[in-house]
Amino acid sequence: MKLFPIRGGVHPEYRKEQTSEKAIVAMPMPRLLYIPLQQHVGAPAEVLVAGGDLVKKGQMIARSQGTISASQHAPTSGRIVSVTDVAAPHPSGLPQTTIIIEPDGKDEWADLPEPVADPFAADLQVIRDRVAQAGVVGLGGAVFPAAVKLNLGTQYKIEILLINGAECEPYITCDDRVMREYADEVIDGARIVARVMGAPRVVVGIELNKPQAIEIMTKAAAPFAEVEVVGVPALYPMGYAHELILAITGRETPAGKRTAEVGVVAYNVATVRAVHQAVRFGRPLISRVVTVSGGAIREPKNVLTPIGARVADLIEFCGGFSAPPARLVNGGPMMGEPLPSLEVPVVKGTAGILALTAEETNTQAASPCIRCGSCVTICPAGLSPVEMAAFIRKDNLEAAARLGVMDCVSCGSCSWVCPSHIPLVHYFNYAKGALNKQERERRKNERVKILAEVRVIRVEKAAEAKRAAMAARKPATAATPAADAPPGNAGQANTSSTAEEKTNA
Amino acid sequence: MLIAIGSLTIMGIVLGGLLGAAARFLAVEENPLEEELKAMLPGSQCGQCGYVGCSQYAAALAKGEAQVTLCTPGGKAVIEALAKKLGVTADLSEHEEKVPEYAFIYEDLCIGCTRCIRECSTDAILGANKLMHTIIIDVCHGCAKCVKVCPTDAIVMVPVRVTLANWHWPKPEEHTQFKPEVGHAH
Repeated sequence: MKLFPIRGGVHPEYRKEQTSEKAIVAMPMPRLLYIPLQQHVGAPAEVLVAGGDLVKKGQMIARSQGTISASQHAPTSGRIVSVTDVAAPHPSGLPQTTIIIEPDGKDEWADLPEPVADPFAADLQVIRDRVAQAGVVGLGGAVFPAAVKLNLGTQYKIEILLINGAECEPYITCDDRVMREYADEVIDGARIVARVMGAPRVVVGIELNKPQAIEIMTKAAAPFAEVEVVGVPALYPMGYAHELILAITGRETPAGKRTAEVGVVAYNVATVRAVHQAVRFGRPLISRVVTVSGGAIREPKNVLTPIGARVADLIEFCGGFSAPPARLVNGGPMMGEPLPSLEVPVVKGTAGILALTAEETNTQAASPCIRCGSCVTICPAGLSPVEMAAFIRKDNLEAAARLGVMDCVSCGSCSWVCPSHIPLVHYFNYAKGALNKQERERRKNERVKILAEVRVIRVEKAAEAKRAAMAARKPATAATPAADAPPGNAGQANTSSTAEEKTNA
Repeated sequence: MLIAIGSLTIMGIVLGGLLGAAARFLAVEENPLEEELKAMLPGSQCGQCGYVGCSQYAAALAKGEAQVTLCTPGGKAVIEALAKKLGVTADLSEHEEKVPEYAFIYEDLCIGCTRCIRECSTDAILGANKLMHTIIIDVCHGCAKCVKVCPTDAIVMVPVRVTLANWHWPKPEEHTQFKPEVGHAH
């Protein structure tokens, strides 16, 4: 298949060999599981259980609410300890509402929904509902509810379903292993999604540094004419959906638009496997493969981890630390975020946990920009990091927004390539957050303004009505002064307001 | 030479006269600047600037009678926007940027007098006569007018909590400690 040139990109050392040949192993059930209500983009799920309740494996413990949300399920059978605030796996380490489960060791399944007998004949809505019920979210990192994404097929004409197996982040090998060990399930899930989307073609994009995965997936896809497996150049960030779509179809997604606008929708390989599990077996998303790696981990592994296991338990399962880690990362080294502590849980979006030694991290101090332009050349979003960072440094966020900072995907290539070690992507993360905050405040101010205006109108109307009533009552009051006590609340409001007028006067 | 000077003088007088007449007869009654300034203000009519409402403050600003730093709920962003619009430099040295706040009612102290309800310009307080009042946080814009009228000091202003939904990365610290070396003069 002919590939198209993509924009920018860098070649970091991949360092995947630490785990790429390690088969997926399941970790033993930890003592406690911590299931946050929000592990996805959108509204947090609504909790359905309370402390003391007994739950079975796969039972829904929090239901999705609102249009964009996802349900949470118990990863094993046990007792609910409590529903309380626990530090989130988020750089801020702020608390979020979390369900704590004490596993009973029996691992008993709840009554799961009936498997869909033939997903290629079933009603599309049945499949959509099943995926929603199973709480499947995008496992590539974006954690967008998969069921909501399935609806894109009704709004856009989807020509290609792209299965993203690029896995361009260094160290991370969980998708590689899933493709090698569960190729049939991935292909089946992809075909189910393609049917719901109405996509006639399925293309699996895998970076050429994973030859075994390409071989196995090609074999698994061979019986299906509509499925094609394509090797794409190993270039970071090839896994960024817009880049992968550009490489495979030559179509460029417009700024601020969905990829569906160009007729392509991308799903991660692990996500379509979760769809397969949900549709074929009725199983919800209660575990995921996490790559635990880095120089400070004694035995790097790909671990099948129950959602809610603490990072500390996961690292202990991997033999603990062999050296004091200089940095703990949630995700890959390019886009991952610092872990606030080891006490936070693994969630649906956790693809990797890295413990990096000092040699593996960049600790060099930043020096002044030499205006070499490397960041402009490599930016996959076609932005000009050097200029944006200069504006942000001087607090001119509007200028940075005009240059397109909101289109930055925080891939980190600019920070990586910068010979002066300027933390460019940090500036953009800050600017995007600050601009979003400004937008929220602007919206709130608008709302406040409307409320204030409506109130003024209402108060005027009420005063008008009162004057009219007074005018109408005057002749009557003169005739019968005894009938002056109006009944109910209106009277009370009247008296209190006159009292206030007196005090004001 | 004389013709040139003469014709230019006549043109100057005629055109100047036209402009003068236009200024008198085609004058815009309302100051458009006032409307623009009003749109920039929060519009909650809280009165903390010392004027009755946002329109009056905007009028005073347009006439150049008021400082741009008076709008408390608007904060630094509004001050800067006003200063930019009016082409003045805002003196921010006196200005203390407040963290966003909202009002909170200690419900056991509330006697249900409804004074705060009447004071609230955005209907953010829920309650009735002799019944407990409470604040709808999403609508409260932190003008603190209710705090002043509460007879039992049951209302306090509390900072808006940082949550996962509104947290964002801080600005990176100045990344260059580099200082240019001062060359030695020989």
